[in-house]
Amino acid sequence: MKKTWLSIPYAIWALLFSIAPIIIITVYSFCKRSTYGGMIYEFTVDHYKQLLEPIYINVFWRSLSLAAISTIICLIIAYPMAMIIAKSEAKRKNMLVMLFVIPLWTNFLLRTYAWMIILREQGIINNILIGLGIIDEPIKFLYNSGAVVLGMIYNFIPFMVLPIYSVLSKMDESLIEAAKDLGATSTQVFLKVTLPLSLPGVISGLIMVFMPAVSTFIISDLLGGGQTILLGNLIQNQFSVARNWQFGSAISIIMMVFILISMMISGKYKSEEGGGLW
Amino acid sequence: MVRNIIKKAYATLVYAFLYLPIFFLILYSFNDSKYSGKWNGFTFKWYKVLFEDKSIISAVYNTFAVAILAACIATIIGTITAISIYKMSPRMKNIFMNVTYLPVMNPDIVIGISLLALFGMMRCKLGFMTLLLAHVTFNIPYVILSVLPKLYQLNPFLEEAALDLGATPLQAFSKVILPEIMPGVITGFLLAFTLSLDDFMVSFFTTGSGVSTLSIKVYSMTKLGVSPKINALSTILFIGVLILFILLQKREENTN
Repeated sequence: MKKTWLSIPYAIWALLFSIAPIIIITVYSFCKRSTYGGMIYEFTVDHYKQLLEPIYINVFWRSLSLAAISTIICLIIAYPMAMIIAKSEAKRKNMLVMLFVIPLWTNFLLRTYAWMIILREQGIINNILIGLGIIDEPIKFLYNSGAVVLGMIYNFIPFMVLPIYSVLSKMDESLIEAAKDLGATSTQVFLKVTLPLSLPGVISGLIMVFMPAVSTFIISDLLGGGQTILLGNLIQNQFSVARNWQFGSAISIIMMVFILISMMISGKYKSEEGGGLW
Repeated sequence: MVRNIIKKAYATLVYAFLYLPIFFLILYSFNDSKYSGKWNGFTFKWYKVLFEDKSIISAVYNTFAVAILAACIATIIGTITAISIYKMSPRMKNIFMNVTYLPVMNPDIVIGISLLALFGMMRCKLGFMTLLLAHVTFNIPYVILSVLPKLYQLNPFLEEAALDLGATPLQAFSKVILPEIMPGVITGFLLAFTLSLDDFMVSFFTTGSGVSTLSIKVYSMTKLGVSPKINALSTILFIGVLILFILLQKREENTN
């Protein structure tokens, strides 16, 4: 029996709320802007040209590099952690995984705010350091790129640990035993067996960390102050204060295209199963 | 031996990194000082102040109302859609899966601003309704993606058998198919609920006229200067999440 008609409600929903909005911002990104920010429906590529100005190139570069640095540090911290969890006893395994999921369930903004309390000038670290007499003046930990990277790592590291763990825990132990029996050292086993087999999880993790990191505006807003402007801040600013929806749309489109391309490239290295978060 | 110690130390360090900030957040909700750097003695006053703040209470209400409604609507639409995708020809399936993946792969900020543009164009007044529509939109794909694997695990002759034995299509669905795919439906619902609860980016752009969710409220509070009220709020939320988790764990242990 055919039940294709059941898909009609979602087809309409998706057309209206997923596809149409993207078409609208695509059109907006090519529209002229009146002096007060109104939409003039005449074709122009000015907004894309504007993106080539040095300040905006800088924002692009900063966003990509901070997101890339955070993603790589996440991977370095998360891989050993995922291995430790995957190799622990069955009973403890569940709890160790849960400990990575629980922070995801507490509000994202509150987790970021926690770091403001710790790093502020009257914050915990400064108070301890002054109390111990190590420093006299509070150190400015907040409002720089370092604080932004820290916030990204803190918020997104579960997204790296969980997919890598999920692949490692499903891995066939006998493959490792076979490699050992055939005389491979533990370094060789890791490089030739474990690592290649865990690649789908690693790629999922890279995407799941890099994507929110490159598009965030909260972490840079709260921990970076006004100093660290990222793509997300730029977009948010165009849609609120600056009221330049055309330019904001153009930045969004570029960001979207960039992410879709990197997804397609990484999708080639990813098998059908494995590597999911759940 | 040494390896084991290194492993344990490493794991402890990573978990400390994850939980120390939350610990401090909770600790300083009991601190009798507005500038929470120094410890000035134990107090419950921030909890009292929190419950007197009507705007926070209404934000909590909105957050849960949107999350529950959006998750329910998305679960119904998502489950129905998953069933029809399961029965589609490969070509149609491909098209539908691509459409489904669109909101999953699109950054939240792009979903937010593009919906803002849509609502602007349709001259919708931003508020609770637009917020709900936006949440349902980004929730449906996660329900579809949770239900589909369960459908593929299904015995393809199960429905035919039910129909042969005289069940109406509706009965075959509710008595045979639905119980089988229920775990996927529940996962989808929980996923949708969590995503809605924690969302900031999409809500930020699609709400208006005084309707704010918890995330938006926290955002504006951090802008106005930090108050230990937020710490009190985080403590309550964290303990709520912890209790929920323990209950879910218990349920899982019982079903196994």
